[in-house]
Amino acid sequence: MSESSAALRPPLVDGNRRPGEVTQDISHSLEGRPSWLWWVGLGLSSSLLALGIAAVSYTLAKGIGTWGLNRTVGWGFDITNFVFWIGIGHAGTLISAVLFLFRQHWRTAVNRSAEAMTIFAVMCAGLFPLIHMGRPWLAYFVFPYPNFRGPLWINFRSALCWDVFAVATYFLVSLTFWYIGMVPDLATLRDRASSGLKHRLYSWLSLGWNGSARVWLRYETVYLLLAGLATPLVFSVHTIVSMDFATAILPGWHTTIFPPYFVAGAIFSGLAMVLTLMLVARKVMRLENYITARHVGSMCKLIIGTGGIVAMAYSTEFFIAWYSGNPYEQFVFMNRALGPFSWAYWTMVGCNVLTPQLFWFKKIRSNLVLVFILSIFINIGMWFERFVIIVTSLHRDFLPSSWNTYIPTKIEVATLLGSFGLFFTLFLLFCRFLPVISMSEIKGVLHHGRPHDGGGR
Amino acid sequence: MNRKLTGVFANEREILAVTADCREQGYEIVDVYTPYPVHGIDRAMGLSPSRITFVCFALTLLGATLKLWFQTWTSAVSWPVNIGGKPLHSLPAFVPVTFEAAILCGALGTVLVLLIRSGLFPWSKPRLPAPGVTDDRFVLAIRQTNPDLPPDLAERLLRDHGAIEIREDRGEEES
Repeated sequence: MSESSAALRPPLVDGNRRPGEVTQDISHSLEGRPSWLWWVGLGLSSSLLALGIAAVSYTLAKGIGTWGLNRTVGWGFDITNFVFWIGIGHAGTLISAVLFLFRQHWRTAVNRSAEAMTIFAVMCAGLFPLIHMGRPWLAYFVFPYPNFRGPLWINFRSALCWDVFAVATYFLVSLTFWYIGMVPDLATLRDRASSGLKHRLYSWLSLGWNGSARVWLRYETVYLLLAGLATPLVFSVHTIVSMDFATAILPGWHTTIFPPYFVAGAIFSGLAMVLTLMLVARKVMRLENYITARHVGSMCKLIIGTGGIVAMAYSTEFFIAWYSGNPYEQFVFMNRALGPFSWAYWTMVGCNVLTPQLFWFKKIRSNLVLVFILSIFINIGMWFERFVIIVTSLHRDFLPSSWNTYIPTKIEVATLLGSFGLFFTLFLLFCRFLPVISMSEIKGVLHHGRPHDGGGR
Repeated sequence: MNRKLTGVFANEREILAVTADCREQGYEIVDVYTPYPVHGIDRAMGLSPSRITFVCFALTLLGATLKLWFQTWTSAVSWPVNIGGKPLHSLPAFVPVTFEAAILCGALGTVLVLLIRSGLFPWSKPRLPAPGVTDDRFVLAIRQTNPDLPPDLAERLLRDHGAIEIREDRGEEES
């Protein structure tokens, strides 16, 4: 270990930990009894989940007439929530795949939980188009399969069909990436578990991993390949989600700016959710040495960047509406800012454009309580962004006689809360049963017993 | 002559040095076991880069080709339906799904190949060379097939590089 090069960059892990101590620190939270905070969190989130299950069951029994949708506003809370949750997932892939390709070693402490967040968020997202169908037991109709109706195939020219393939691929690839990254750590847990069910489960999941260098070499190659495949995938997924809107002829939706605008917004919202979760996890699971102020600072800086792109997109939309000379386009944007949903528009601007500017100050970035509060503001703002895009474009379309408003029902609000319940329940269970931090990757970036500086190369 | 020795080490620096040295002296490196991927160990062991990248490329191409063919076949051949006057074979509209299928086939296929090639299955029993290899221990397993090497050289090499523990198998049960 060279002292001189170690001094150039701050270490990625605080407290000068050794590999054995890393195993101890991270496995510890899985082996003891959960803290009371964990039980409180699980109680709250599973109650929300129960509420959501009740709301969805009611919707399935009665039909989607229980929602506040009408002939003019055909997409409301359901698709808003879908786009919101899919967007949350994108930061997980950014951290696990894109930052891996860029050799950003600080990602090691947060990538496992960010990937878990991606998977749970995509699960929440998938739920909404499913129940929006009204008859979810026929959901398999969206896949092309041999049938006796012709065979009649799905329409591959439809953006909604692209969406099915994009989200399904995203879920499967993220799940594989997450699981493959976890195999060495599951082997560590297997070798620590004394006996019984836990040992059997971890042995089954760790696939007989024994740390052979030949397998490591192949494994690392595959990990790099997966990162390389997941990077264009993540950009394609929200591009395709944005095409659900952009391929329509509705003013406010029919714009070429949507793909980059949606991708940047997705990563922006996802980073805010990563911060929210990490700041809780580091306290509850006692991981202050691993998720340090440096990680929080880096993510705040990424938020400033992506938030800047989002702000740029908001102003470009307005400029183009004016510049196009199209009265319908101009009306939609004036209606957004000054119409009946202007409160939602200005909530969005306040949360997404002004909040990230506070992160320019180092004092604010290093105040973790403040960062936590601001990250929640961004989550709220990004939910409203999707609501504004969907509802304000729809509610006053071409014919004033068909103008209408949209008021969500209690069932829709309960379904949204239920999706948060599902997300946090899954995340808390993950914290409890699987290693929250990638032990094998953390050991590889320690300064302990290495021939050269292991910091940020 | 078939003599197998296993040395347990405490850190990355030692395992890299001892692996390179043993190989230079003419011992066969059976394998190295580490708790995390040690960079440079492939060079020390004399391993060539994994060829799985070519597998991945082929699978990605396969996924794209099959999906593009399938979309064209379903939309233009099997049951042609006029949708909004669009051409039956509308290639640009087939690009997104083709792309997703390429990624899906490439990613899942490559992982499957990794698991099969490395013998990683849920029912596999882990063969650990020493306890702690998934925690903080680094293990080198070497085999002496050349009878001309001095009998105590291997042990001396391992000890000089800081081995905590050395085990020797002289039995014929080794394959």
